[in-house]
Amino acid sequence: MTRIAIADREVSIDTEGFMTEYDEWDEALAETLAANIGIELTPEHWKVINYLRSDYAVNNETPTLRRVTTKGGIPTKELFVLFPKKPARKMAYVAGLPKPVGCI
Amino acid sequence: MQHILILGAGTAGTMAANMLRKELGSSYRITVVDQDEIHYYQPGFLFLPFGTYTADDVVRQKREFIHKGIEYISASIEELTPHDNQVTLGDGSVLNYDHLIIATGTHPDPSETPGLESDEYGRTIHDFYTFDGAIALRAALEKFNAGRIVVNLIEMPIKCPVAPLEFAFLAEAHFTDRGVRDDVEIVYVTPMSDVFTKPVAAHELGDMFEERGIEFEPDFYLERIDAEHRKLVSFDEREVPYDLLVTVPINKGAAFIEGTGLGDELNHVKVDPGNFQSKDFPNIFAIGDAASLPTSKAGSVAHFAMETFVPNFVDHLMGLPMTRAFDGHANCYIETGHEKAMLIDFNYTTQPLPGKYPVPGIGPFSLLQESGINHRAKLAFRWMYWNLLLPGRHMPVPSHMSMAGKDTELDV
Repeated sequence: MTRIAIADREVSIDTEGFMTEYDEWDEALAETLAANIGIELTPEHWKVINYLRSDYAVNNETPTLRRVTTKGGIPTKELFVLFPKKPARKMAYVAGLPKPVGCI
Repeated sequence: MQHILILGAGTAGTMAANMLRKELGSSYRITVVDQDEIHYYQPGFLFLPFGTYTADDVVRQKREFIHKGIEYISASIEELTPHDNQVTLGDGSVLNYDHLIIATGTHPDPSETPGLESDEYGRTIHDFYTFDGAIALRAALEKFNAGRIVVNLIEMPIKCPVAPLEFAFLAEAHFTDRGVRDDVEIVYVTPMSDVFTKPVAAHELGDMFEERGIEFEPDFYLERIDAEHRKLVSFDEREVPYDLLVTVPINKGAAFIEGTGLGDELNHVKVDPGNFQSKDFPNIFAIGDAASLPTSKAGSVAHFAMETFVPNFVDHLMGLPMTRAFDGHANCYIETGHEKAMLIDFNYTTQPLPGKYPVPGIGPFSLLQESGINHRAKLAFRWMYWNLLLPGRHMPVPSHMSMAGKDTELDV
């Protein structure tokens, strides 16, 4: 675990750059994280980010793509439009959550 | 007398039933329910399409492995009502339980993927995750001598997650041995970003794919199969054409779990990863592939888990706290073709690392390295499965993963 500076503050990240402290994230930070990976956040993006954050707060794990679609109500195709190529990783990254567990 | 009801007589259910009966004797009533009479040696399905095993090698009767004193009911499971501690069977009969162990595994569900259940299933579309599928694939491979074979993993988790990789390696060896390798393209398509989820193993296996000319198509989330035009289509509209498709359908837990609140989106039961107790009902446990755990769905995991599960469960029956934590240990041989295999050994917190297993420096099995000994051990395991593992007899390796013999320099 390392501390790095993003925007105007210091946060903890893991070896792949995902944030490790739930409470160190806020919406302003999300804008910077999104910009880091070439994404401009729209209301549709925020719907996804908010779902991820609230689901994590209850279950203590980053929801899978399947869960975001079936429980969060956002179609998988749309997730690929909003967060191209690697949506599961990108969503978690912008939402300040751990990379979803890719089972071995 | 209290009733322990075990749903499923596969690997985990059979081991649990036999081991609990041995511990508890006749002081508890133990019942096992399963809808299938046949016990398949599932690791053998990989070998059926290549003729290394025949049907007889992988088929036995479930009843044969359930020990005396355990009641065995052959029936489908219709409904589970956890608030009433009741299970309703397919024939309408009702079983009441005091303690429930769900061991109904996970199974391929082709209906989850649009276009998969087409007339082409069994012709240009195949799976080897079912007995019938593996047998049909054998016939298809015999006739295939030129074209593009696509090996496709649709979504994780699947049981035996290395099996699709093994299939690609065995196919490569098969066509080489037949002298037609230059006329066959082999493509591996997966939603994962790498050949394996952990870096050290991903590097090894990725190199091997490259050396053998197996094309790799990562980050491919299959949306549907266009069976008529023979192509895979992803959610972001990428297309992968095939002449022969070998796919691993989405794996789901038993249907009766849906609607109970016990399972996740794929009907795998949410449990404590250390003791397998349901997060929602203290008298319900899930073991084997039926449980949602942060490790592989594999027979070795179910086997290693028994060492902590059985005494924990007995403590639970006595009203005592469950003090042992399963470490997620998994141990998998990966067939790499030409009578060699690789072995990987890992758990919840440690990725597969190179080294020797189980004895440091000596082995005899090489971790993350191909060897003939590994391959022969994989084949020899079949006897051990029927004769040692299922009866709950002692196996010659420790259940808790050991760091001894591992090269830890690479582990970050």
